[in-house]
Amino acid sequence: MKYLEEFSNPELAGKLLDRIHAAATRRWAIMEVCGGQTHSIIRHGIDQLLPDVIEMIHGPGCPVCVTPLEIIDRALAIAAQPGVIFCSFGDMLRVPGSEQDLIRIKSAGGDVRVVYSPLDALKIAKENPDRQVVFFGIGFETTAPANAMTVYQAKRLGIENFSLLVSHVLVPPAIAAIMESPSCRVQAFLAAGHVCSVMGTTEYPALAAKYRVPIVVTGFEPLDILEGIRRTVLQLESGRYEVENAYARAVTTEGNTAAQAMLLDVFERTDRVWRGIGMIPGSGWKLSSRYAQFDAENRFDVRGIRTEESTLCRSGEVLQGLIKPHECVAFGKECTPRNPLGATMVSSEGACAAYYLYRRLELTPAGSHA
Amino acid sequence: MPEQTTTTPPTIITQTTDLQTTTSRADPVDFNGWACPVPLRDSPTIVMGHGGGGAMSGELIEHLFLPAFGDAAAAELGDSAVLPAPGGRLAFSTDSFVVKPMFFPGGNIGDLAVNGTVNDLAMSGARPLYLSTAFILEEGTALAGINRIATAIGHAAAAAGVRLVTGDTKVVDSGHGDGVFINTAGIGVIDDGVDIRPSRAAVGDVVMISGPIGVHGVAIMSCREGLEFGTTIETDSAPLNGLVQAMIATGADIHVLRDPTRGGVSASLNEIAKAANVGIDLVERDLPIPEMVANACSLLGLDPLQVANEGKLIAFVPERDAEKVLAAMQGHEYGKEAVVIGRCGADHRGMVVARTALGGNRVVDLPIGEQLPRIC
Repeated sequence: MKYLEEFSNPELAGKLLDRIHAAATRRWAIMEVCGGQTHSIIRHGIDQLLPDVIEMIHGPGCPVCVTPLEIIDRALAIAAQPGVIFCSFGDMLRVPGSEQDLIRIKSAGGDVRVVYSPLDALKIAKENPDRQVVFFGIGFETTAPANAMTVYQAKRLGIENFSLLVSHVLVPPAIAAIMESPSCRVQAFLAAGHVCSVMGTTEYPALAAKYRVPIVVTGFEPLDILEGIRRTVLQLESGRYEVENAYARAVTTEGNTAAQAMLLDVFERTDRVWRGIGMIPGSGWKLSSRYAQFDAENRFDVRGIRTEESTLCRSGEVLQGLIKPHECVAFGKECTPRNPLGATMVSSEGACAAYYLYRRLELTPAGSHA
Repeated sequence: MPEQTTTTPPTIITQTTDLQTTTSRADPVDFNGWACPVPLRDSPTIVMGHGGGGAMSGELIEHLFLPAFGDAAAAELGDSAVLPAPGGRLAFSTDSFVVKPMFFPGGNIGDLAVNGTVNDLAMSGARPLYLSTAFILEEGTALAGINRIATAIGHAAAAAGVRLVTGDTKVVDSGHGDGVFINTAGIGVIDDGVDIRPSRAAVGDVVMISGPIGVHGVAIMSCREGLEFGTTIETDSAPLNGLVQAMIATGADIHVLRDPTRGGVSASLNEIAKAANVGIDLVERDLPIPEMVANACSLLGLDPLQVANEGKLIAFVPERDAEKVLAAMQGHEYGKEAVVIGRCGADHRGMVVARTALGGNRVVDLPIGEQLPRIC
């Protein structure tokens, strides 16, 4: 696998940083949309190296973080049922529902399994015809094609004991919702490179024009992120608001058209609640009527489960970039990765967890850490 | 330290080489290389009777375990091993092994069970002498696989220079175990003048590691998760008592030794930072992380510093002794690639902080529980 070391090269990073320092003359607030980018920025200490006038606001692009409590409670209810094999990506296991999480369901006897691909869950369904196998299909446009392919295959192969609990969310409606917010401070976006590798970039020019914000499609390695920031700053300083592609090695304008066709067949647009943000119209996907029989919410009686979010947790404001994680009074006290109050503290891509894991040093009052 | 064990994560979809999947009950058993298999031919898999203490138990010991252990095994089969009392201080440690899969590139649960306890003893500066081996076998497990594991135990014990002096075998019902669980306990002696323990880490100490980071964990993951990384990566499991004795022989005042097994380098360093109340500063670009490990971790969303190692040790040595200890490590088979990775300081006591390649800082934290692969 190439491009890991090459795109972390400290000398080249230094040069990009010099150019960002030279270009930035005024205060700018830039949001990186994707949680993978947040993780990389904090993990490599990129925000510490940027000019003081550049503020990175950590966006809502962690799929684990924005999955609403209600869906998690429904997942827990399904996973606890006898005869069910509940399959999930690993980082959903520790996400707290209103009372417990998947790890506790597993220790109480639930059959909860970590998979790396939804197709693995389909294989489990094939091998266990007398069990109901459910895959927790969350994520952005990035993970949706594989989930779509799995449901497509389930239908084609007639694997009727498989179903998908869907909570897919979409980036462009979230960008619009952030810009519509009266308290919005974001002046430019680093768009999520992997999302654009699937969907292309055609959804973004209208957003850039309507809200007069630069949008730069950006990758995930340190040099990718620095280049995305550099291009964003150049646009901001010169008053431009265009869509630029700084991740051309993975992203084309039209994206992955085969994946898009699959998505169009399997999913249809729906309103979605985002944890910490609320309902964003047309911001998600659900299974289309052609695949409704594979919808876990149809197969299991869980639609009655309604859950309100915790009042103490301020992850919603973090996800909207209104506060930094450590500005929440619960940060590092009542709320830690071990006992998370909100989802942003759970996933390693969540802004609160990234701050806790890598930034505790400077955020902890002197003498109190041990 | 007994907490350094090997364990399994939450249920993972496996494409493993488990005994039960590779050898069904009906499969013919390959008896090649067995010392005296004849009485075991009736049953190619473990049955409940093998743990009953009767004739079948005896046959299993006599015809499988003892021949497989070879010269490392004690011949006497009493209820307890009777051993000469060595002078000086004793080190005593125990460790249980429930690794899944049991066979992986470069080794199996048997090597781990010996090296794990040998290394736990060695980390206090002890010379390991005696080991016990206790097996919990699941009904239906193929004897051929158990023979491979027992043979690996014999070889590993011989390589480490320890004697297998006592043991036990129990059988659990099918479905109530995971093939083979092994517990080993070991006794070693600590020579006079040797005082190695986590709380001795001191400001100014140089921190070094005996070789590349994360190799064992990635070797296990590569077969457990059915992931292939282009080329096979093999476990680095090895006995470290020889390396430790070579380091002690330099006359250096070694403060701390630790084998960063479960929880990886990160867990070991955090424990030491807290035990000794020192700050530990790492330099990320000095960390010996093989490209294969870096790639696998990047793919799975894991931190190489939290990935398990076997056959590696971390040493804390005062500045004045650092050079000769490093040279001694590099002159030993299991320390050839030893490097300095950081230092102990008086800032941020109790914490481990890494300077990133780009020049920023980050806290290196303990893993919370199991490492969970990320969604994207």
